[in-house]
Amino acid sequence: MVGLSAPWRRNGLITLASLAIVVSACSSAATTAPASVAPASVAPAASTAPAASTAPAASTAPAALGATTLGSNESDAVPKAAVQAMVDYCTAKAGITVKVNTTDHGTFQNQISSYLQGKPDDVVKWFAGNRVRFFAAQGLISPIDDVWANIEQYMTPGLKAASTGADGKTYFVPVYQYPWVVLYRKSLFTEKGYTIPTTIDEFVALAKKMQADGLVPLAFGDQDGWPAMGTFDILNMRMNGYQFHVGLMAGTEKWNDPRVKAVFAKWAELLPYFQQGAPGRTWQDAAKLALVDKKAGMYFLGTFANEQAAEADRTDVGFFPFPLMGTQYDSEKAIDAPIDGFFMVANPANAPAAKALLTCFGTPEAQLAYVLSPGLTSVAVSPLADTSKYSDVQKAQAEILKNAGSIAQFLDRDARADFAGPSGMQGFLLSFLSDPKQDLDKFLGDIQAYYDTLPPDK
Amino acid sequence: MASDRNARSANATPPAAAGGVALSLPAPKKKHYSLLTRRDTITLWVMAGVPTLLVGAFILVPTFSSILLSFTSWNGIGPIKFVGAQNYVDLLSYKQFVPALEHNVIWLVFFLLIATPLGMFLAVLLDKNIRGTRIYQSAIYMPVVLSLAVVGFIWQLIYAPEQGLLNNVLGKTAQGDQISWLGNPSLNLWAVLIAASWRQVGYVMVLYLAGLKGVDPSLREAASIDGANERQTFRHVVFPVMRPINMVILVITVIESLRAFDLAFIVNKGLNGLELLSTLVTNNIIGETSRIGFGSAIAVVLLVVSIGPIIFYLFNSLREEIE
Repeated sequence: MVGLSAPWRRNGLITLASLAIVVSACSSAATTAPASVAPASVAPAASTAPAASTAPAASTAPAALGATTLGSNESDAVPKAAVQAMVDYCTAKAGITVKVNTTDHGTFQNQISSYLQGKPDDVVKWFAGNRVRFFAAQGLISPIDDVWANIEQYMTPGLKAASTGADGKTYFVPVYQYPWVVLYRKSLFTEKGYTIPTTIDEFVALAKKMQADGLVPLAFGDQDGWPAMGTFDILNMRMNGYQFHVGLMAGTEKWNDPRVKAVFAKWAELLPYFQQGAPGRTWQDAAKLALVDKKAGMYFLGTFANEQAAEADRTDVGFFPFPLMGTQYDSEKAIDAPIDGFFMVANPANAPAAKALLTCFGTPEAQLAYVLSPGLTSVAVSPLADTSKYSDVQKAQAEILKNAGSIAQFLDRDARADFAGPSGMQGFLLSFLSDPKQDLDKFLGDIQAYYDTLPPDK
Repeated sequence: MASDRNARSANATPPAAAGGVALSLPAPKKKHYSLLTRRDTITLWVMAGVPTLLVGAFILVPTFSSILLSFTSWNGIGPIKFVGAQNYVDLLSYKQFVPALEHNVIWLVFFLLIATPLGMFLAVLLDKNIRGTRIYQSAIYMPVVLSLAVVGFIWQLIYAPEQGLLNNVLGKTAQGDQISWLGNPSLNLWAVLIAASWRQVGYVMVLYLAGLKGVDPSLREAASIDGANERQTFRHVVFPVMRPINMVILVITVIESLRAFDLAFIVNKGLNGLELLSTLVTNNIIGETSRIGFGSAIAVVLLVVSIGPIIFYLFNSLREEIE
């Protein structure tokens, strides 16, 4: 439970604070209001008016844009310091003052709707893909095409697509990401003479060898409901291709499609190599088995799992992409690599300053200020970011991302939240893992039936 | 709310009128005492009005809003759309709903038949002033002081597959041989019930012990003079005398079972064998794309289920008052 940094990880204990939602919603609104007013008095109100009419380019703007506020869910020490490092870089660069308001990430996630409908901060930390698209469709956040006009030079088309709403406007500035990979201990592989598998056949052969050596081939824990989503994503993308996966997440493809059934059938076939009893094991315990105890050979999760290893062992943890499965989609080399970043709310107190901040966040230098903050393992999204100062862990990730042909977010970011959440896919995946031999047609029919009862996603 | 306001003014009118018209019908002797001064009227209004307002604002309005919302479709942000009974129709096909109802019933039965009687039994034992009774009392009561979040955390450490206490004691830590206490859907409800009972037993024990201390010793004395043994004394003398406490404990047991939430939610948000009505409500209404209408429909079901015990309790306590 200690040292969580990836913001989308749900922490049971924290999420429990459902009663605190209302309380914290009020208190955050209360703290926001004075925050945005107090520093504003430094710059005369009149000076913001002409600034608004001038070009939004941040790098050239004089120090007259005034103050803005940033709402962040990064309540753990390491990422909190990283947010601050990036904000510090940008306040100097863009000539603005920024007040960062941090909320515990579980509470932040639960109250986000009421927060955005109240008096939110100008700029808010969030997730790319469908998660930001939803708020865009609800009119709770502002389109920032003018910001993108300045930062597009640093980004890829994929990043822009992940930041674009259903109406074709951009709403989001991506900052950093981390891929889902197979993690392993290099020393264990050297000691036992294992080689990195690149195809599923090699993977199965290696798994059998590990079992013969008394190891669990693939550590696995899904008590929190979400880790199994990553496994589904990668199998589906490998077997049915990126486009089908995107369609399935968006609801244009059906869950009772025979292609989805093939994925679960394959998964059931591979499950003997996964650690058993996953529904009753936390991902941290699974990570410990592979990365600390060396009792499991491999572990498939986001690279943040590396943080579970002892500090001295972290350079001994290696990554490789999930093996290819010998389908026509092998060349896509698709992976999940969730992107985090920032958006601007619908009615910011100081839009010019907020846009200047977002423009700065889009630059490779600001992103580096974030990811080079001590202890972080994620990497900058911009392909122009200078990787020379990266840690070995970051370099390995950057390499995997560079080689990936298609990048998906993650099931609970690509699909609508009420479908992906505990009422939907989390529960369904747990039921599959508890009983992988169940009637898959009925299982998938139930998933599609649940999807069909959801109200229109607009 | 409107009917509530009418009720209040209807109640308030007779005393006010009585003050003006001067009561002629009831016994004239009491006339002097029946007259309400202006101050009395104000006091009455405040005494009856403030609680009515509080109940209205914090209980009736939210309850009726929930019922109204259960006929709508709303994601918490956009417009609220009326959908009739669609949410209730969807509930019937909702995979987690029937298990949740069943689990709530199992929870209630388990508490009624095992946890609560065990707590009462411990109270009777500790009432005997055995040596070290204070230590036992504190030890058994300890879990009640802990919040359920902490209780959940402690028991997760006990039930964890590799490092967990239980599997280590049983020698079931080898891969493939482990017992998945919290992951096996036919096992985890019972595992969580034991954790919940750990706390419930202490709670019931303390309440019952306090009640037992209040039983007049001369009753027991009389019973033993009449030749009753321990069991008969408890069965025919102490237990009936404890009726008010028994009612309180019954009500607490029912309430604790219906509001069961924390432990299941801490383990895995109430999924995979741990579904409860309360976790379904929460899972559907928190987060960004919440289904508030659908969640409210589940909450209404929980309300309907809760009304049974409430009526039973009110019926009993009112009957007592009349007696």
